[in-house]
Amino acid sequence: MLQIAVNNVFKSFKDVKAVRGISLAIEPGKFVAILGPNGAGKTTLVEMMEGLRKPDSGEIIIQGKTWQKQEKELRKIIGLSLQETRFSEKLTVYETLILFAGFFELGDERVNEVIGLTGLESKQKSPVGTLSGGQRQRLALAVALLNHPQVLFLDEPTTGLDPHSRLDLWNILKALKDQGETTLILTTHYMEEAESLCDYIIIIDEGKILKEGKLEDLLDENARNLDELFISLTGKTLKDNQTVLL
Amino acid sequence: MKSLKNNQLYRLTIAQFLETVREPEVLFWGMLFPVLISIGLGLAFTQTAESKFHVMLVGKNQTELDSLLHIYAHQTESKGKTIYTWKITDETLGNTEFNFVRSEWEPAIVSLKRGEADVIVADSLGKAVYHFDPHNSQAQLVYMKLSSLMKSPASIADTGQTAIKPLTLKGVRYIDFLIPGLIAFGVMGSIMWGVSYTIIERRSQKLLRRMVATPMKKSNFLIALMFVRILMNVVEALILLFFAWLIFDIQIQGNIGALIVLFLAGNLAFTGIGVLISCRTSKTEVGTGWINAVQMPMMLLSGIFFSYHNFPEWSLGVIKVLPLTALADGIRSIFNEGAGWMEILSPSIALSLLGIICFVAGMRLFKWY
Repeated sequence: MLQIAVNNVFKSFKDVKAVRGISLAIEPGKFVAILGPNGAGKTTLVEMMEGLRKPDSGEIIIQGKTWQKQEKELRKIIGLSLQETRFSEKLTVYETLILFAGFFELGDERVNEVIGLTGLESKQKSPVGTLSGGQRQRLALAVALLNHPQVLFLDEPTTGLDPHSRLDLWNILKALKDQGETTLILTTHYMEEAESLCDYIIIIDEGKILKEGKLEDLLDENARNLDELFISLTGKTLKDNQTVLL
Repeated sequence: MKSLKNNQLYRLTIAQFLETVREPEVLFWGMLFPVLISIGLGLAFTQTAESKFHVMLVGKNQTELDSLLHIYAHQTESKGKTIYTWKITDETLGNTEFNFVRSEWEPAIVSLKRGEADVIVADSLGKAVYHFDPHNSQAQLVYMKLSSLMKSPASIADTGQTAIKPLTLKGVRYIDFLIPGLIAFGVMGSIMWGVSYTIIERRSQKLLRRMVATPMKKSNFLIALMFVRILMNVVEALILLFFAWLIFDIQIQGNIGALIVLFLAGNLAFTGIGVLISCRTSKTEVGTGWINAVQMPMMLLSGIFFSYHNFPEWSLGVIKVLPLTALADGIRSIFNEGAGWMEILSPSIALSLLGIICFVAGMRLFKWY
């Protein structure tokens, strides 16, 4: 059975067509990158998969369940990190995690596990307000991992982080990949992130899939890396959405 | 059996409590400020104060007032001006001091505009003519006291001859009026900021969105928020009450059970209003506007600091149905008039109903993200 099936999904906001007929199929245990520039429709697509937005049309099925009929069950098996969540600054890292653990009826034991997994041991008594950007992203990841999610959605988890913090987060995700129990859907506009972490890459722009496949299948002599591939597909660079003269 | 510690309502309540008590502003505005304001206003209005009035004398001719000043007033020089001070001692009403300064017409008007003087006294063929704003109660008082003093200076200076019996009954002092109002006001302010603003802020931080992306029961979030806020309101009211008893000997003359029920009904009413006004927006600026739009009129009209009976007759019907008025009047009646269950029944039901209606409407319109 497919872990996630997205069938011909559309979503518009007033005059903006954010997602235009996207279909995709994701197998269990795969790490999938959704790659695209800002405004490509990545976040809208992922938020529909997370059950936070309703598609205008089309269907999203996770482990054979839909958000309309089985929201409760789906909430228990997914983990997610949104693009810009700000956790309460007055609570400590531990208090934030124990609060979210309570939503899954989990206790201290699991909280301590994810603290260890995300390397937040030295910060567990620190108020969230005192954390750096990288530490906050690790906290967001720790919250997402609390319930041993079978499907994990991370929306641009390393945007705005320094290279060192980004590498830290990649290492945590690589360790998760080695365990092989989680399917990861990661949105990013960093080529290296997609290349380094994911088995399968979906390139989208203006609400449509431009190309998808395994990294080795996507690259050839004309496109030696994802940057070049994106330019050859759109005529634009990925990071700053600038047009390139070919 | 599920552990209480892993229960999401318990976890939400603890987290909400920690966030509230770790906010220094909450402790200051919620606990210290009402105590300070009650002490300040209480002392200002309960001590027998000395009234000081300032009068400008205009005109070159001598009036009857000048001859009285020569007899009763004490003359001093300050900043090149001659000041005549006339003191009237009165053990019952408090001492009164009139300060008279001679001036030209223009500077006298400037002094009046600046609030440095209350009344201008000019002469007209040897007779004193009073110039003041007749709508200014302070100026009116000066006029009445001064004109009466001029008619019979000796009798006014000795109020022992008139029959004044100061009331020493419990519940008639200004502080007895103020404390119940401050308790009601505290409930409103605390819930408006503690519930409404918190919801809007969390929505703007996308924290609500993150929370509902888990199996959290939405009702648990609101119950925890309300429970902690009501708990804080109880603590705040008890602190205020303790200081009011300690410093001013405030007593609750009515039924304590009825007071608790009314207090909870007030909390329910404002929680409902708070949820309703915060049900959609994710902009804290818009939220602040809504909170002020609800709070400000009630703060001014509901008779928290001074009686609303001074407002025009036509407006009283509207003022009395405001939730803050109902709560303040109800608490006051228990504190000062010995009211019991029957007297607070209708305000308690009205406040509870208002809270439930607003809460249900708020939940229907509520946007979690």
